[in-house]
Amino acid sequence: MAQFRIAVHITPRKGLLDPQGNAVKGALHTLGFEPVKDVHVGRYIVIETDAYDAIAAEEAVTDMCRKLLANPVTEDFEIESAVHA
Amino acid sequence: MKFGIVTFPGSNCDYDAFHAVTDVLGEEATYLWHKDHDLQGADVIILPGGFSYGDYLRAGAIARFSPIMQEVVSHAKSGGPVLGICNGFQIACEAGLLPGALMRNSHLQFVSAEVRIRVENADTMFTNLYERGEILRIPIAHGDGRYVASADVLDELEAEGRVIFRYADASGNISADANPNGSERNIAGIVSESGNVLGMMPHPERACSPLLGSSDGVRLLESILTKVAA
Repeated sequence: MAQFRIAVHITPRKGLLDPQGNAVKGALHTLGFEPVKDVHVGRYIVIETDAYDAIAAEEAVTDMCRKLLANPVTEDFEIESAVHA
Repeated sequence: MKFGIVTFPGSNCDYDAFHAVTDVLGEEATYLWHKDHDLQGADVIILPGGFSYGDYLRAGAIARFSPIMQEVVSHAKSGGPVLGICNGFQIACEAGLLPGALMRNSHLQFVSAEVRIRVENADTMFTNLYERGEILRIPIAHGDGRYVASADVLDELEAEGRVIFRYADASGNISADANPNGSERNIAGIVSESGNVLGMMPHPERACSPLLGSSDGVRLLESILTKVAA
């Protein structure tokens, strides 16, 4: 077993209203960042876990996302490659 | 009839529900601690409002793993009535007892206000003492009350008469202005496929006395009595 660190990005499902993202976009436009087309506000979660290897760690975290970390109705998730912690 | 009211860390409407059941309905109620594994013989379960587990991760996401929730899910699966109010609705969705999810209000603000909801189906365990189309005055108090589900799920809910409350104006019109949180199709409350689990964002337990501004919530609780006793 070795220890791995995996980062998870969770964002509102595309197509669903994202009022937080819209509010941030409005503020960015006010600040003069007019070219900003869209903003999505989500969550960033870092998991440190023991696993046999990087693939096993990534599989475990994918399972965690499906079961708890992301809501399958409203959110999408992406996991980064596992790195040795 | 015995009501079991679940107390999670962060629940804050459990006392309101207890008051409504015991003092207004005159029925028996007991608090069920989230770490318990026993429903103590309760016939009806109430998942009350509040901020269980600080709404960490997502509203209701952690509460569903409480030991007591495993018992509540078994109770629901065997046809027992479950009433999820506000945070209880969020928990019921997270636990898979109801479809869809509750997201941040579209205007991003917490709303504490009395709203009007229209009874869309008066032929359920929870609404049989109301009339279809009746307008109720019930308070809401939430920041994450925007009901969301896929178009397929929404169509199915509508086709099966499972949308039982919709936000409306005083004349009963379903409009964007009457929608306090941006819920899809103004949905305020739904029931499960088998009809024994109700999730709603408005608080009927806080509308049980003229002193509190409305008694329109009383018949919801009484409806359960007539149906379960029958």
